[in-house]
Amino acid sequence: MEPAGRRTVADLALQTDAIGTRPAADRSRVLAKLKFSDLAFHGLTRAAAILVLLLLSGVIISLIIGSWPALSKFGPGFLVSERWNPVTENFGALAPIYGTLVTSFIAMLIAVPVGLMIAMFLTELCPQFLRRPIGIAIELLAGIPSIIYGIWGLFVFAPFLQDSLQPFLISVFGNVPVLSALFEGPPYGIGMLTAGLILAIMVLPFVTSISRDVFSAVPPVLKEAAYGLGCTTWEVARHVVLPYTRVGVIGGIMLGLGRALGETMAVTFVIGNAHKVSASIIAPGTTISATIANEFTEAVGDIYTSSLIALGLILFVITFIVLSFARYLLLRIERRIG
Amino acid sequence: MNPLFAGRRRKNLVAMGLSLTATTFGLGWLVLILGSLLWEGFSGLSLAVFTEMTPPPGSAGGLLNAIMGSLLMTGLAVLIGTPIGILAGTYMAEYGRRSRLTSIVRFINDILLSAPSIVIGLFIYEVVVYPMGHFSGWAGAIALAVIVIPVVVRTTEDMLTLVPDSLREAAASIGLPRSLMITRIAYRAAQAGMVTGVLLAIARISGETAPLLFTALNNQFWSSNLNGPMSSLPVVIFQFALSPYKDWQALAWTGALIITFAVLALSITARALATPRKSS
Amino acid sequence: MAAMSVVSAYAVDISGAGATFPYPIYAKWADAYKKESGNGLNYQSIGSGGGIKQITAKTVTFGASDMPLSGEQLNKDGLTQFPTVMGGVVPVINIEGVKPDEVVLDGATLANIFLGTVKTWDDPAIKKLNANVKLPSQPIVVVHRSDGSGTTFLYTDYLSKVSADWKSKVGANTAVEWPVGIGAKGNEGVANNVSQTKGSIGYVEYAYAKQNKLTNTKLVNKDGKTVTPTAKSFMAAAANANWEATPGFGVVLTDEPGADSWPLAGATFILMHKQAQDAAASKEALKFFDWAYGKGDKMAEDLDYVPMPDKVVDAIKRSWAKEIKDKDGKPILALSN
Repeated sequence: MEPAGRRTVADLALQTDAIGTRPAADRSRVLAKLKFSDLAFHGLTRAAAILVLLLLSGVIISLIIGSWPALSKFGPGFLVSERWNPVTENFGALAPIYGTLVTSFIAMLIAVPVGLMIAMFLTELCPQFLRRPIGIAIELLAGIPSIIYGIWGLFVFAPFLQDSLQPFLISVFGNVPVLSALFEGPPYGIGMLTAGLILAIMVLPFVTSISRDVFSAVPPVLKEAAYGLGCTTWEVARHVVLPYTRVGVIGGIMLGLGRALGETMAVTFVIGNAHKVSASIIAPGTTISATIANEFTEAVGDIYTSSLIALGLILFVITFIVLSFARYLLLRIERRIG
Repeated sequence: MNPLFAGRRRKNLVAMGLSLTATTFGLGWLVLILGSLLWEGFSGLSLAVFTEMTPPPGSAGGLLNAIMGSLLMTGLAVLIGTPIGILAGTYMAEYGRRSRLTSIVRFINDILLSAPSIVIGLFIYEVVVYPMGHFSGWAGAIALAVIVIPVVVRTTEDMLTLVPDSLREAAASIGLPRSLMITRIAYRAAQAGMVTGVLLAIARISGETAPLLFTALNNQFWSSNLNGPMSSLPVVIFQFALSPYKDWQALAWTGALIITFAVLALSITARALATPRKSS
Repeated sequence: MAAMSVVSAYAVDISGAGATFPYPIYAKWADAYKKESGNGLNYQSIGSGGGIKQITAKTVTFGASDMPLSGEQLNKDGLTQFPTVMGGVVPVINIEGVKPDEVVLDGATLANIFLGTVKTWDDPAIKKLNANVKLPSQPIVVVHRSDGSGTTFLYTDYLSKVSADWKSKVGANTAVEWPVGIGAKGNEGVANNVSQTKGSIGYVEYAYAKQNKLTNTKLVNKDGKTVTPTAKSFMAAAANANWEATPGFGVVLTDEPGADSWPLAGATFILMHKQAQDAAASKEALKFFDWAYGKGDKMAEDLDYVPMPDKVVDAIKRSWAKEIKDKDGKPILALSN
């Protein structure tokens, strides 16, 4: 039974001009009108899609034009050079590329499992009356403006890390062979780990809210059938919900990864902007967007500015590669299942 | 008890425990950040913050021009960006699910999701500010709209794709035109997720500093003229937080508190309005 | 009526953008000026590089930069340049038990610390200058700016002048390739990091050192005298500079001669088009700066800036009459006195 007040499809169809009750002439006019509005809507959505395409390609094209002087001067060496010297105007993108990948990796490493777990908690375990408040609370983490993450990171979080977590990590992993390299150097507070942690907090709500939304879109019959077979909550989540929603979940992860790769203000405050590639994750480093934000406004020389824009272009290429990889993974999963 | 079942049960308990821990972890950060915001910003909260202009250092004042500018530009950005994003997402999920256009748009859109916002600002600077010859609130709103679009496109497409095809077939079988099927049925089914997308987009632009710096600039004084430089809360926070003067820093924290709680209020209201009566 | 509203619209439309360092004082001046004259002037800090780009692109009435442009650059873009206020950069340290004004450093030692060749606080080079101070054998942690900044430009310009090593290995710019140390965002970031980290040294603008009560050092200047950073010692550096002989008053006030001169002073500059595109707006901007030179000194001092010497202000006003003209070649603002 439909609850009262809820309109059915048939109601809608009838209401939108009561097709069946009019004389034939009227009826064809109504149908023509419907056909027209149908075509118009189709055209409108298509136009919007094309507009998005043009707008976003415009961004990319303007980047290519802006970065051309630097790219033609440094050539492919730009990608592998660690140098970043504004005085002699000798630039290379290796350190920012490295930093972008490392910080985003740290962020996703934490945010994806935690986010999925929270989404599972919210859809399967949480008492009904708490679902909405907790969901909104997690979403609010995305509502905190990035500049506030930055200021908070600089004045509150980094000093805390410098005093507690970093010395702890150094003392624990200092003597473990491979891991010691990851935690080498004095605790500065700011650095790649700090940036990665802040990014993880920022990305968490993206992964969580999208996953929660797609989890709750799973048709109840599927879940009920699994429960009926005696599955535990975890098994339902793992073998029914997750496979059914994986495309949406990956969408959420992509949204989060996109934010992690390109996040500017929060990272800018805590990364240290050191153009060095170091194995240690507590060392200061830099990311592409942090370099642009830190240096663009004060950069005077043409090649300097152009190199910064070229970094922006490289970020697009990185995103491109990451996305292609994700698509490939998705395709493989589908093939395996299909 | 059957040992196999005991093992499954244990696994389930561990997983549930972990999910509870994860939730506590996520909420912990929120409490921590909101706590420090309240700690630093609450004492500065007064009526003057909402009724007076941004002051020079050493004078009393508020954030009225910045709050108004932010509301105006964010509102316009959402008004411009959301319809475009939803329509484009609709095309991709409903009409051109397998078309070449869809896959290209989807790809470029995903790339743009990670565009550093300063890059968007530079683009709008080139195509709007430079030809116009001056900074303007319009340029700021357009820059923010360009950030809104990819987020809305992505979530709209994802949520519409999740709407079961049986609903569409049912609608088609009774002769419902496709446009009505989409607007009356698919949208309704995907409503909660689409609203989430718009909220995420608003949350994202509400704190953007970099794209506004080169488009709307900022304004020390009151201005409702969208053709001139316009003030915004994030830029003011940015400038004040990093200044040497205590009164400016205090105002920056207060501004941070206001933005954050405004976004909170918005989230709750939108959720309350948009969540379908059926509880999930 | 219509004409009047056009004029008043122009008056409100003056906007300037650029350097971060003078942002607070321009905001203060603009607020006071608006109360007095009714004319608003909107200045925004988007960075010196941004200021130069915007004035070249003619999207603002005036640009501002902490780094003066050379005469050649000014001519190329048809710009004129003049300084408005001065400030200083101060080395700040964090050593247990050491108070402000206790430690003395000279240019060469400072350069070597930032080059990483002087590594501990009890290095002979530092000890020699500080016989009476107890210095620990702690490693020195160098803190520098992570963002591009006029402050960094002044600082590295000074180090390049006093150390051949620094000049050849690093050089001077708003951002440089730092040999050692960690980067912190903004003056506030450096101040924060120095006060957090034992054994650290950094550099901040004078206002930040003063407002945050950081431990500053003294410096040995070009004349070999030890000086403390005060408004007076910045003023002394300015008084000894050769302003009028430099195109666009583009003096970088580092390592200036004079017994009382602080070696790390600097002025901030305004950039305007010689041939004003919008003569009314340019005129309003000049009137504003004219007013600021006359009545703004006290406000500047309250915010720890140093006003320009009167002699220089007179020369600046003469340059306006000579250089800034409307389309018919008439000076936009004739000399008031």
